[in-house]
Amino acid sequence: MIRFSSLLILLLAIYTPLCAAAEGGNLMHMETNLSNKASLRRGARTFVNYCLSCHSAEYMRFSRMGRDLGISDDVLRKNFMFGTDKVGDTMTVAMRSEDAKKFFGVAPPDLSVIARARGGADWLYTYLMSFYRDPSKATGVNNLLFPNVSMPDVLWELQGWQRPVYKEVKDESGKTVKQIDHLELEAQPDHKPKAYQGEDYKQTVHDLVNFLVYLGEPIKLKRYTIGGWIMFYLALLLIVVYLMKKEYWKDVH
Amino acid sequence: MNAVVGTLTRFRDWVDARFPLMKTWNEHLAKYYAPKNFNFWYFFGSLALVVLVMQLLTGIWLTMNYKPDAGMAFGSVEYIMRDVNWGWLIRYMHSTGASAFFIVVYLHMFRALLYGSYKKPRELLWVIGMLIYLSLMAEAFFGYLLPWGQMSYWGAQVITSLFGAVPWIGNQLALWIRGDYVVSDVTLNRFFAFHVIALPLLLCALVFMHIIALHEVGSNNPDGIEIKKHKDANGVPLDGIPFHPYYTVKDMVGIVVFLMIFFGIICWGPQMGGYFLEDNNFFPANPLKTPAHIEPVWYFTPFYAILRAIPDKLAGVASMGSSVLMFFLLPWLDRGEVKSIRYRSFKYKSALTGFTISFLFLGWLGTQPPTPAHNWMARFFAIAYFLYFLLLPAYTTSDQHGTARLYKTGLRGLLWLIVAVFDGYYFWYLFSGVAVGLAHTLFVVGITLLAVLLEIGKFYSQEVNKPVPDRVTSP
Repeated sequence: MIRFSSLLILLLAIYTPLCAAAEGGNLMHMETNLSNKASLRRGARTFVNYCLSCHSAEYMRFSRMGRDLGISDDVLRKNFMFGTDKVGDTMTVAMRSEDAKKFFGVAPPDLSVIARARGGADWLYTYLMSFYRDPSKATGVNNLLFPNVSMPDVLWELQGWQRPVYKEVKDESGKTVKQIDHLELEAQPDHKPKAYQGEDYKQTVHDLVNFLVYLGEPIKLKRYTIGGWIMFYLALLLIVVYLMKKEYWKDVH
Repeated sequence: MNAVVGTLTRFRDWVDARFPLMKTWNEHLAKYYAPKNFNFWYFFGSLALVVLVMQLLTGIWLTMNYKPDAGMAFGSVEYIMRDVNWGWLIRYMHSTGASAFFIVVYLHMFRALLYGSYKKPRELLWVIGMLIYLSLMAEAFFGYLLPWGQMSYWGAQVITSLFGAVPWIGNQLALWIRGDYVVSDVTLNRFFAFHVIALPLLLCALVFMHIIALHEVGSNNPDGIEIKKHKDANGVPLDGIPFHPYYTVKDMVGIVVFLMIFFGIICWGPQMGGYFLEDNNFFPANPLKTPAHIEPVWYFTPFYAILRAIPDKLAGVASMGSSVLMFFLLPWLDRGEVKSIRYRSFKYKSALTGFTISFLFLGWLGTQPPTPAHNWMARFFAIAYFLYFLLLPAYTTSDQHGTARLYKTGLRGLLWLIVAVFDGYYFWYLFSGVAVGLAHTLFVVGITLLAVLLEIGKFYSQEVNKPVPDRVTSP
């Protein structure tokens, strides 16, 4: 039994770093916090206002979101739903994908499980922080994490424009080339948009990505707690079966 | 109370007169005598059965909501995850169950290597077990296509195209398996049929045969001693205890501990850092967009690493196939007189350690991108993997005469031939001015060193076993 339990500890010890070993790279890091319902609700607002006009989330129902995040049906209809008034509907988008292909070159992907496909929050957070002005592109912007992306910078009025700061590096053949070192916010001119948030933009993206993580797996809100109850019950059962085993094995020498 | 017991007894007797109920119960449970010294490694047989039942049940419930249609499959899985009551739990139990099945089966097989459970008289038991393992691999492969994500699609594309390497009929064969020129809706539909009907039936039949065969020859134990050699006046083995209730209550402890780990993973990390559920598989299948890095699920990666290590496609497929089939030959390759690792020679222990390290390393390499350094490492460990099997007759026999001797000489010749080919190749590279990577150098040095070590080992070629006790000892 001692050997058995030490193996159990060993397994857990191996398991913990396995979970942490997500891809590193140059991604910015963001702590998700699904228990923060206010953050999720703010993220949902940003999502329906800025994302849901081109991207769908066709596996998610408005009613599920309302129930999970504590939003009443009335508020849902008034502030969250623009294409339908049936709360049982999924989050589809009115734009046809053939049209979208013509507008952007590719149809905007469905966002239901995007946070899972991108391996969590960090990629999405970095992506939304990495748009910069690039006059050579049709949309006028480019993205440091996803070069030549077709998506325009839809959140520009919240963040303001960013511009690249270059540094000079030597390439393999010894030639000096310019490479983007980092991005910086352009000084905001007089025509600063009304929605401009400055530093608060980080919080907006944080809330939005937090929401996208929830959207990827709504049950995540509950399964951690359910896990605790399962463990509690199994621990009780373990005591019973272990004592039973001890009792039966008394006469084996 | 007495009336109830009386009725139940009469009912049992009524059944017994028409069906061998008590006979079956006694033969397989109440009077099946198992060695009393089973240890930790002996939990995994009953655990495999538990996981099988769990996969069958969760599979049935998943089938109620899953749609085997290229246009709907991905969405129907998300529907199960969101809209079906407790669907997420059923789905995670099934996806985690697949990995758990392989963990349990690998440990179950490793137990057989440790204690020589495949040796006479259990050869057929082992072969049936290996057939279960092969069916399980097929079952997992077919099932992995069903969520219709990018990895599902491209994994199936890679594996079905491997059949194209078969000479003459390859392309026709691949076409016949897929039912289309690429993996498509047709493929998804037939893989669904294989996954939910054909292979589960085969698996159940094989598991039944595995248990019948086990109960015919009796269980091995950590000492590798046959308990049937010492029986009391009633013909009951002295070191045996009835499977029921002793091992039923003991296995229940194992099952509850297993369930704690299992549900811990489901509730707190069902993707298991990308090993159980891959991120890329949450992108819907797209036949026009090949992912940069295609890798199978972890339980196939040791064999996948062997496949990739060999530059020629046909030779790669043949090596991968034979790396699995090697296990079938174990009962006949192992000539040792002693079963358990406890009484085996130092040579056998080091060989098994080397094999285990090679298998784990190959598994890790299969998850990594195929850089030149990784490929040379995979080649080294693949050679070590095969040497474990091929040299087994050599280091498990003490006999210096006749066939054993001939075999040893032949194998030594073969090994040195491999070394000569790789070393010659290397020096030819070196002198013709082709850039040679560090990994290549390390590989050549490694394999030469391996051959030299085995030559040195030849001087200690007497198998020195520890004396085996007459009766079983502690667990």
